[in-house]
Amino acid sequence: MKFTKDHEWVKIEDNVATVGISQYAADALGELVYVELPEISAAYNKGDAFAVVESSKSASDVYLPISGEVLEVNENLNSEPELINNSSYENGWIAKVKVVDDSSLEDMMGEAAYQKYLEELS
Amino acid sequence: MKQTALNNAHKQQKAKMVEFAGYEMPIQYPLGMLKEHEWVRNGNVGIFDVSHMGQFIVEGENCAEFLSKITPSNFIISKEYLAKYTVLTNEKGGIIDDLIITKINQNKFFIVLNAACKEKDIKWIQSQIPQNIEFEELTEKSLIAIQGQDSENILSQLINENISDLPYMNLQICTLKSNKSQIFVSRVGYTGEDGFEVSIANNDAEKFWLDLSNFNEIEPIGLGARDSLRLEMGYPLYGHDLSDETSPIEAGLSWVVSKTNDNFIGCNHIIPQKANGCDKKRLGVKLLDRGVAREGFNVIKDNKTIGKLTSGGFSPTLKTSIGQGYFKTTEAKIGDEVFVEVRNRQIKAEITSPTFLQAKTKTAKK
Repeated sequence: MKFTKDHEWVKIEDNVATVGISQYAADALGELVYVELPEISAAYNKGDAFAVVESSKSASDVYLPISGEVLEVNENLNSEPELINNSSYENGWIAKVKVVDDSSLEDMMGEAAYQKYLEELS
Repeated sequence: MKQTALNNAHKQQKAKMVEFAGYEMPIQYPLGMLKEHEWVRNGNVGIFDVSHMGQFIVEGENCAEFLSKITPSNFIISKEYLAKYTVLTNEKGGIIDDLIITKINQNKFFIVLNAACKEKDIKWIQSQIPQNIEFEELTEKSLIAIQGQDSENILSQLINENISDLPYMNLQICTLKSNKSQIFVSRVGYTGEDGFEVSIANNDAEKFWLDLSNFNEIEPIGLGARDSLRLEMGYPLYGHDLSDETSPIEAGLSWVVSKTNDNFIGCNHIIPQKANGCDKKRLGVKLLDRGVAREGFNVIKDNKTIGKLTSGGFSPTLKTSIGQGYFKTTEAKIGDEVFVEVRNRQIKAEITSPTFLQAKTKTAKK
């Protein structure tokens, strides 16, 4: 699993990237009440805002860490947006994306590096 | 940023602090905004630090006449200890602030007004006040709200007096069990639940807050949940749903304009509006599809923008997003189907009364 400085995580298997946001990000946002999911087959470049997560107080963009095309979205988030808070890395996944360009993975942090990054933030 | 006397207590209770009206205030505690909202709404009791609001005493002969000039209410004939919700009006019939004024006696009144308007209100009142009347800010007092079904039972355990006969919108002078200090207990609130606002000396505030916090039924509640609770009730928030440009009639506060006050600042605009109606009105908006409506979002009907939301958010009770806005009476009425523009989507919604839930305050004694 790799992490971005904006607290997205990505797991790649067979050229399909599963993307979500970290527990840290979910905790900072508070209990989510709505998730705006991307359209299936929409294409994005690395760094594009592809989803929006909303809490009672605010809406935040989620950025795609790699370039690709959306294959699947987590429909459960429509009725249970709080899955992102309760299971940020498992049931709270946001979308599965066909990877077109994953060169950005090299610049991302592994789990240990991300933990260290979080310590530096606080 | 200014701090209230409860600043340490909030930090001890791990509140997330934000700036509000120049004060460092808790927006939420670890329970989180949604669960804090549900705590109060669903039968438990919440405590809120609202000490950032302005508390004042107005005292002197003909005080009641003065207050009946700067508001559309009649304080001359009002009963002692009645807490009146009212508005300060400007010459154009707009609202300077909404506030609560309680008669202690014919020549002495207790005022609580919005933190964000404090400086503006002080300046305005001082510019209008007759020389013989004193206007004093109670800077050494804190204000704590206790809201929820069982709040009377809990508050009773910390004071010497019996408050079971205290009617809604009334004040009773009480004393703390802990040290007999005098407090003002007003059966008022901003949540729609039975509850009280307690005006208490800064020196007593922290212990009182911690004593309340010790009850299992009590949770501290932040400004985030305070806002979603009032939004469900349709209560307006000054600076969002009320402004210098809105008249009390447009705001749906026509009941605040006394039938027996025909001479107050702005009356030549407001009294005809009360008699003949006005061309715009504050209404509610409820989303019928998923999404969150927020302040500033456009409301569309028949492909035309008919207004903007002045308040918006998520209602944990209704499990959908709700808001308030002003609409021309010719363009929108309750029941109309509209759309709310959220980013690049148009979400189906309907126009409703701004009062989404029935207040439980009327079930308080008498």
